[in-house]
Amino acid sequence: MSTTTIEIKTALDATLHSDTDADKRSSVEVTDYNNRQTVGKITVDHPKMVCRNVNVYYGAKQALKNVGIDIGINEVIAFIGPSGCGKSTFLRCLNRMNDTIVACRVAGQIKLDEDDIYDKSIDVVQLRARIGMVFQKPNPFPKSIYENVAYGPRIHGMVNTKAELDELVRASLERAGLLKEVEKRMNEPGTSLSGGQQQRLCIARAVAVNPEVILMDEPCSALDPIATAKIEELIDELRENYTIVIVTHSMQQAARVSQRTAYFHLGDLIEVGETDQIFTNPKHKLTEDYITGRFG
Amino acid sequence: MAISHEAHTVKQFDLQLANLRNLVLEMGGLTEDQLKRAVAALDEENMTAAREVISRDRLVNGMQVKADEDCINIIALRQPLGSDLRMIMSLANTVTDLERIGDGAKKICRMAVQIYDGVGSPPSAKLLRDVTPIAELAAEMLHDSLDALARLDVEKALTIIHNDDELDEEFQSALRRLITYMMEDQRTIGHAINVVFIIKALERIGDHCKNIAEHIVYLVEGKNIQQRRNLDMSLAILAQDHSET
Repeated sequence: MSTTTIEIKTALDATLHSDTDADKRSSVEVTDYNNRQTVGKITVDHPKMVCRNVNVYYGAKQALKNVGIDIGINEVIAFIGPSGCGKSTFLRCLNRMNDTIVACRVAGQIKLDEDDIYDKSIDVVQLRARIGMVFQKPNPFPKSIYENVAYGPRIHGMVNTKAELDELVRASLERAGLLKEVEKRMNEPGTSLSGGQQQRLCIARAVAVNPEVILMDEPCSALDPIATAKIEELIDELRENYTIVIVTHSMQQAARVSQRTAYFHLGDLIEVGETDQIFTNPKHKLTEDYITGRFG
Repeated sequence: MAISHEAHTVKQFDLQLANLRNLVLEMGGLTEDQLKRAVAALDEENMTAAREVISRDRLVNGMQVKADEDCINIIALRQPLGSDLRMIMSLANTVTDLERIGDGAKKICRMAVQIYDGVGSPPSAKLLRDVTPIAELAAEMLHDSLDALARLDVEKALTIIHNDDELDEEFQSALRRLITYMMEDQRTIGHAINVVFIIKALERIGDHCKNIAEHIVYLVEGKNIQQRRNLDMSLAILAQDHSET
């Protein structure tokens, strides 16, 4: 081995295998499947939601373990991971949808701005107006297109006159990119629309109550590629006004729509990072194996 | 994160990646052979061998086309991510560099044909004196870069990047000497210019080996160290990667 090679080897060893705390952590994380401490920066400069030590139990079974992450204002963050990893469970914690499951218990802290959303003083109905949700399968109410969108603002008392309501319905449909397609058939049933249109109707319905955060649980899994592209374009536009959290099984979709990505595995939040970093150079071996299709 | 050695769930994907990697290494072997033959043809004044090298460049070009097609197919059909994506991109870039190295070998042979099959007398030995040491350095860099690619050896890759400076210095010295000869005796200008083209081709081959080494570092470490002026700057980039974790 030449002197130069020895010098480079020494320098490389010092660079990649030094014993500083940060390097020790990274060298463990990339090689050890059992080390489940979250890799990457969980905090952001301007958080909309702050989650710390979130544990979720279904009866005796623990579904989420000490999850901590910030969700930034006007960002799209994607949660990815294999089935049963806890990503949807965590998403449902963010607007207390898990309250409806009897055996489910949530511990830890989740804040929306300065409000602890699990505080006893929180009105869950109001909370879900602030944090809207779009589900996997489009689920329009068995009502007209107009009524689907008008329902939320009406029960929340957001409008005083029919004219105001009309305007709000049109504005919401416009934001969801659906107005042009439905403006002449407002009184037809929501269920008469195509799958992609129904999903955009559900987004319009969520947007109508002026939420601050929109949660999306695999919003495109039942849609064809063209309808999916429209929803993805819509997500990008909605980001200007809302914070969006999306759970998706499609890594390509996560890569296309999000700015940050979080990878969950067996109830642990394994890695959080900028989306381009997660998909080109993940730090944790579990993330790498998942995104490259090496999961056994 | 370093690249994973686990098998993919889809075995066909493993096979496609392995085939691509083998094709690139095979192409590397062919270009290495082309360079060796080109330098030998020049050294031995064997113009039949030189013309054979020129003709065999088509094989190198054909392998580039095949490797490019394979890369595009894998991207289109598998949507690779993480280390797989880095592997494809690095191999695709390496293929471009290998093809250029093949062109370099061809150029050396073209110059050899001009020198020895021309109308005038052959050049004096002193004009060609610097070709052999520069060719040896370039050949060593090519061999090492292919070895580093086969083993995904970052240390070796960084050594190659370092060694390119040595080749550049040798080239500059040789160039200065050739200019001196040309100034001393204008009759040497014709041959000297051909020799300049030869050593320039060898110097460019060194640059392409350096590029391949940088692709290897990117493949393994996920950090782009291209355009870093020296080893210290490259190491700083790699250190930054790890401290960010």
